Amino acid sequence: MTVLTPVGPMTVPRMAPHMRLRFDKARQTWTVQAPERTFLLDDIAHAIISRCDGHMSVAGIVDDLCATFGNAPRDLIERDVLALLQDFTDKAVVTA
Amino acid sequence: MTLDPPMALLAELTHRCPLQCPYCSNPIDLERANKEMTTEDWLRAIREAAALGCMQVHFSGGEPTVRPDLERLVAGATEAGLYTNLITSGVLLDATRLAALVEAGLEHVQLSFQDSTTEIGDRVGGYAGGHEKKIATAALVRAANLPLTANFVVHRQNFHHLSDMIDMALALGAQRVEIANVQYYGWALRNRAALMPTRAQLTQMTQDIAEARERLKGVITIDFVVPDYYARRPKSCMGGWGRRFLNISPSGNVLPCHAAESITTLSFDNVRQRSLADIWRNSEAFEAFRGTDWMAEPCRSCDRREIDWGGCRCQAFAITGDAKQTDPACDLSPYHDSLVSAAVGEAAAEPAAFVYRRYRNAKPVQREF
Repeated sequence: MTVLTPVGPMTVPRMAPHMRLRFDKARQTWTVQAPERTFLLDDIAHAIISRCDGHMSVAGIVDDLCATFGNAPRDLIERDVLALLQDFTDKAVVTA
Repeated sequence: MTLDPPMALLAELTHRCPLQCPYCSNPIDLERANKEMTTEDWLRAIREAAALGCMQVHFSGGEPTVRPDLERLVAGATEAGLYTNLITSGVLLDATRLAALVEAGLEHVQLSFQDSTTEIGDRVGGYAGGHEKKIATAALVRAANLPLTANFVVHRQNFHHLSDMIDMALALGAQRVEIANVQYYGWALRNRAALMPTRAQLTQMTQDIAEARERLKGVITIDFVVPDYYARRPKSCMGGWGRRFLNISPSGNVLPCHAAESITTLSFDNVRQRSLADIWRNSEAFEAFRGTDWMAEPCRSCDRREIDWGGCRCQAFAITGDAKQTDPACDLSPYHDSLVSAAVGEAAAEPAAFVYRRYRNAKPVQREF
């Protein structure tokens, strides 16, 4: 059994099967619905989580974000993506 | 103060249950089947909850699967866009029923266990064969590809099984395990002398949890709820009264928490008579302890007043007779020392016999705290 799952550029993340990405109309925000838990996503978190499709690697996600949001430097984006995905992996929202 | 919409609805469909756990969170004064809302009442309440901003619905009870219309209610919730969770003892579920619930859109099952062993599990639940049936139900849930939370309630009679419980949850294929200490109101308060752990037992539990969390990070989510008597500050009960959650009782009473009816000085509106939005925003019961204006000292000037919101109103009422008192779990409460010393005394003595949760035991008793 995998114990700690470190997230790196080659990791291919996807949403855990029991997590649901949903837009909440009342709050006008994207959310992840989990058992007895709701994560409210800001725009950056949504941009990252919505790309966790089980096909794209973390490096690919960073490239895609760079192409979409051209202003920020790549290493800054990569740092944010790795930090967020590590956090969500530890919380079992995302699996590698 | 602006009022955010509620996050989730706890739908207590019935108080009927084949189990009789002595720490049941239902009120002592159990509602009878003939008082339960109809399918149409529930469907309307669920739609109103979604429109009001609830994102999740937890179907609970009692045992929610005793309602033959559960599939229809799950379908209604799914149609309204809610994340659907079934909180069940599991002893009445079979593959056919589960398939119908999945078809209706059920997204998660939370299955209660009373222990990791058959012996203690069946004795606490008061239901012979229950433990094995639950294990079989867990397998059905996973075979249906539904995510599973295994839920264990812990106390002095099973605190030494925490690691086994977590291993059992893993073996059952659960994604999440909740280890919750008994919270002492209602039935559990009546059974406190049979259930309250010692401080040393709580320390052991906390160590076992910390070790398991480190070992299983990213593998299984472990939620742990401590007994609040041994904390220095009270829990943020329900994330604050009337701030995040709605509860509807079997007969349709709308409550800020599942135990709120134990506060006999409050009156509650019914969703059959008044809209859920109006009840959430304006009803007497929801407004009574919302925010901080109702607080007296030591809460009023406390720098944690918007962290723990004064703790639990039901506990304050049960112990002091005044729901506006600081939760006696807080060591700033004048009732704290006598409460904790009573509980410590009970925890050190031989455990009392269980008063099982049954309709015929559902009458108030006088007791000294």
